[in-house]
Amino acid sequence: MSTQPLRELLEQAFPDATELQVTDRTGGGDHFHVLVASPSLDGLSLVDQHRRVYDALAAPLADGSIHELRISTKGAT
Amino acid sequence: MSYTDRIRGIIDDSDVALFMKGTPSLVMCGNSDRALRALRRAGAPVTAVDILPDPQIRQELSALSGWPTIPQVFVRGELVGGADIVEELEASGELERTLREKLGNGYAEVRTEETVALV
Repeated sequence: MSTQPLRELLEQAFPDATELQVTDRTGGGDHFHVLVASPSLDGLSLVDQHRRVYDALAAPLADGSIHELRISTKGAT
Repeated sequence: MSYTDRIRGIIDDSDVALFMKGTPSLVMCGNSDRALRALRRAGAPVTAVDILPDPQIRQELSALSGWPTIPQVFVRGELVGGADIVEELEASGELERTLREKLGNGYAEVRTEETVALV
């Protein structure tokens, strides 16, 4: 899959994101790196920040279209 | 037969539990390798569990932890995260701080690494 549908899912989940990047790490359409910076992540532990990303991408994770996902998250501060 | 009770037991009873693809002597996935290396750099004692022998292990682990991917690292029963988080915490020094807090200052003096087979 392309990065665009993942980007859209993340934009829906983090409408206030100050940074949002989706990178296809290998060019094969199944190894992705996502970066999300959002004030809605402020004050959450890294585990909870990553859980928010996993929740946003639950569908492509469950149907196997994401084979590997690297996540970087930041609060706004 | 269900693995859940044994998985829960390993999580609760291990200082540091690493659920991974493969074993420390034969790692089968780059992300499991990243987590293992970060734990080793931090001097963490590691109890490793290979999730590959039966797909049900991974299903039951993720149902228990609410974490969808492998590897998964737990310190004294608490989910620390996957490879990205463990690397990030190791780089910032926070992983060692957490280990000292939970396991005591001398945790790295006798470093152990063991593998537990579920099947």
